[in-house]
Amino acid sequence: MLELKRLEIRQQSFRLSADFAVSAGRRVAVIGPSGAGKSTLLSVIAGFFAQTSGEVLWDGQLLDGVGPGKRPIAMLFQDGNLFPHLDIARNVGLGISPALRLSAQDRARVEDALARVGLGGMGARLPSALSGGQQSRAALARILVQNRPLLLLDEPFAALGPALRVEMLDLVSALVRETGATLLMVSHDPEDARRIAEEIILVDDGVAHPPEDAAAMLANPPEALRRYLG
Amino acid sequence: MAQRPVAIGRRSGYVAAALILALLGVPLLAIFLRAGGGVLPGPSDWAALRFTLTQASLSAVFSVVLALPVARALARRRFPGRRLMVALTGAPFILPVVVAVMGLLAIFGARGLLNGVAAHFGLGPWRIYGLHGVVLAHVFFNMPLAVRMILQGWQAIPSERFRLAAQLDLPPRQVFRLLEWPMLRQVLPGAMAAIFAICLASFAVALILGGGPRATTVELAIYQAFLFDFDLGRAAVLALMQTSLVAVAAILALLVTRMDGSGTGLDRALPRWDSPGGWRRLADGAGLALAGVFLIGPLLAVAVAGLSGLGDLPSGLWPAIGNSVVVSLLSALSTVVVALALSAAMSRVVQGIGLLPLALSPLVLGTGYFLILNPVIAPGRLALPVTVLVNTLMALPFSLRVLAPAYLRVEADFGRLADTLALRGLSRLRWLLLPRLRAPLGFAAGLAGALSMGDLGVITLFGSEDRQTLPLLMYRLMGAYRSEAAASCGLILMGLSFGIFWLFDRGGGKSHA
Amino acid sequence: MKHLGFVAGCLMATQAAAQTPVLNVYTYDSFVPEWGPGPAIEKAFEMECGCDVVFTAAGDGAALLSRLRLEGARSEADVVVGLDTSLMAQAKATGLFAETDVSAKYDLPVDWIDTTFVPYDWGYFAFVGNVGAKHPTSFKALAESDTTIVIEDPRSSTPGLGLLLWVKEVYGEEASEIWKGLANNIVTVTPGWSEAYGMFLDGEADMVLSYTTSPAYHIIAEDDSSKEAVAFDEGNYMQVEVAAKMANTDQPELADRFLAFLVSDAAQAVLPTTNWMYPAVMPVGGLAEGFKQIVEPEKALLMTPDQAEAVRSEALEEWRSALSQ
Repeated sequence: MLELKRLEIRQQSFRLSADFAVSAGRRVAVIGPSGAGKSTLLSVIAGFFAQTSGEVLWDGQLLDGVGPGKRPIAMLFQDGNLFPHLDIARNVGLGISPALRLSAQDRARVEDALARVGLGGMGARLPSALSGGQQSRAALARILVQNRPLLLLDEPFAALGPALRVEMLDLVSALVRETGATLLMVSHDPEDARRIAEEIILVDDGVAHPPEDAAAMLANPPEALRRYLG
Repeated sequence: MAQRPVAIGRRSGYVAAALILALLGVPLLAIFLRAGGGVLPGPSDWAALRFTLTQASLSAVFSVVLALPVARALARRRFPGRRLMVALTGAPFILPVVVAVMGLLAIFGARGLLNGVAAHFGLGPWRIYGLHGVVLAHVFFNMPLAVRMILQGWQAIPSERFRLAAQLDLPPRQVFRLLEWPMLRQVLPGAMAAIFAICLASFAVALILGGGPRATTVELAIYQAFLFDFDLGRAAVLALMQTSLVAVAAILALLVTRMDGSGTGLDRALPRWDSPGGWRRLADGAGLALAGVFLIGPLLAVAVAGLSGLGDLPSGLWPAIGNSVVVSLLSALSTVVVALALSAAMSRVVQGIGLLPLALSPLVLGTGYFLILNPVIAPGRLALPVTVLVNTLMALPFSLRVLAPAYLRVEADFGRLADTLALRGLSRLRWLLLPRLRAPLGFAAGLAGALSMGDLGVITLFGSEDRQTLPLLMYRLMGAYRSEAAASCGLILMGLSFGIFWLFDRGGGKSHA
Repeated sequence: MKHLGFVAGCLMATQAAAQTPVLNVYTYDSFVPEWGPGPAIEKAFEMECGCDVVFTAAGDGAALLSRLRLEGARSEADVVVGLDTSLMAQAKATGLFAETDVSAKYDLPVDWIDTTFVPYDWGYFAFVGNVGAKHPTSFKALAESDTTIVIEDPRSSTPGLGLLLWVKEVYGEEASEIWKGLANNIVTVTPGWSEAYGMFLDGEADMVLSYTTSPAYHIIAEDDSSKEAVAFDEGNYMQVEVAAKMANTDQPELADRFLAFLVSDAAQAVLPTTNWMYPAVMPVGGLAEGFKQIVEPEKALLMTPDQAEAVRSEALEEWRSALSQ
């Protein structure tokens, strides 16, 4: 379970507060107008940016002061999710061992993960030799071997076309179902949320609201969400 | 910006910065202690300071002003040989000073090419000696650097803007006002400050071409205080004066500079749609041709002068080459290691500290180390390590200017991804930094190797029987009436400097993707 | 592979086998190359002393003295070769050098009475030009002529300092005027002899401040008699190069033997055609033919070391301000 206790984030004129918990295994969309602080919230959870006050806990353990790589978290950013100078297999392998010391078994896991996302046998290629969709798949393969209980997605598929994006979301959905991981995913498209999210965190006007049931919320949007959806 | 709670590798940067400060400060302290305090500079020292400031300012202004049309032509013209021309702009900077002065004299000297041509038309003879000669030589060394920095600025203007300008059919004057001038306003002061700082510590050029005691630089005054008066207190005070001057200039350069003049991508020809024709085309061509002749002439002269004596070289040549190559490779290696560590701090203060060695004369450093080592071990035994150390410090500012911005870019682009994957320490170095930094690392190592190759440095202070380097051999040949053999030595030295730079730069190659 | 020692020698102690005593000789740079006097003298002395001679080269004479002062009492040097008359007073004041009994029947234009420093070669400073050109024969004539000269900086080179003392010795209070007159003849002032002479050879100036013995090099080594030195009416200033035993040497006897060897026929015969100076003691075989073709000044000028030291800073200031205008 992810808990945000009286979290306050301040940066010049920007401020955001959050005080809620996300149950383990949930798929949650983070929705709100641009500039509201969706990405910042994820950054704080991932450990890239320190909160002003309050606490972030995972399964009751305080995460403050734990480095991003040491948190039980895997994350995909809007871009730059692969190292362009390393081939796909190594990019995925980094999810198992940062020093890339891989046993035969590890290598098999990498190959499995690549096959699982539809990139079987393409491990020796550099990211530049892949299409945009394939690059996203490769990043997802790494998420798979990382096997972290909390997955944060900061709109990694924003640059893909609608059909590809849907395909990726389905893949993500299947992966988290399979691993039982908790998913927090920033999105500005309610369709994305409708497609895979069980709950929605609405970020608006300096507050990240506690998660609420996605279907109910979209069927009967509260005032803030309605303003955003237009 | 968001501060990162984890600071991977930063500690190594702070350690390196502290080390640099100690390596620069402790020798000065040792000299002060030995001298029993400082001695205030006299009137001749103030005159030296004035001359130093004058020549450095003029050199900076002329280098940058003359570089402008060349960089502009390179930025907007596509022609065969453009790559070569850009590569050539790196040459004078890594040329050993004494060799370069030989080449300049062959063109601009009393019996030089220029006076020869002028005599045909009943003109001349022109004399190169004096303030103008010093400035001319400094322009030869630094104008190419300015060209690179300004060209980099030009190429940093997004090509979409030029596309827009072409679409709107803006006249050249408007293109300049709207697109180019704002860039130049950022780039020019930095280029000037950098060249000013480099010229402040100039020694041999001012000495040989200066034409007399009018052209006494602070560095010469230090040399004199040490070697002729053995006035350590005055030497140390002068060194401090020079350090403060360069520190101010370096900080200025750092604050206002965006462009580092490094090699990556400069030879890439970006599309331009607005290259004006007519007289502007001719002017660009003429500017490029003149600059080309100005840069190639002295290099060719060195080559020609060196050919005849090649058969007459002493048997000490090969060991001297061996020693120089070893010193150069070790210096290149240690320079990039230190520069990489300093870059890892990702801090302007640390980077500023890395630029400080620009200000300290090798003689002061060498003497300081000598004083420190002397009670422990005969300093001559450590000639090689000390030479490598001093060369490393001297090359550091240049290598750091190349590496630090590249390091920042890599961390900006991939730092977060690496953090989520817990890539730290050696893993981060091996799987992220080294591969992404290959090109700037190669460039920085080449620069350090070449600079170190041509440096006579502290070897004369520490030298003993077997520790002869190529510049020292060349100097010894000159000192034994054997100027032909010395010229050949100069040619070999030039070849080795370029060779080592080329090897490293090539080894760095183009970065992936 | 002697030169691997460059790398290895830094880490290892370079002491040879313990039974062979080592004589550390500090000298200036141009003494040690294969074409200099060093190797021949080393070989000859090692044959008779059963010792190992190790040369350490440090720049020129002034740099050599600075290095010895930096090293102070801890210096490994046993003998120093390459100071000269204008550095002697400073050198003696350091107390780093010991008296010696070594002496010889010197063929010097001056009487030698110093008991610390042993003269081993000498020469006259002179302006050197190309044969056929009309060369002025005095400072005043030079100042009035169009002849261009390149000189060395007295603050960084021994010939430069020699010229400074030369003018001062001849003209005393008028030295400043002489320098003002020379200012427009001086093409440039170089840090050391090498640059100046190289520039002269490249045709940058009509004449260069060097030695009367310089043409002998071109005659003997290059079979080229196109260079000549000029004897000045006022006389030519001398440089006497000296060697000395270090006070802190651990090989005092060996050091004395080396000094004695340096003024013996074996070494003196080597010096003229390697160091291109006159020998302090005329060797039995006389001088090479080339030395007989060169000019011999009629009047030898030399200040005593104490005089030289006393006028140095004043003369330097005159020089500086006259040439700075």
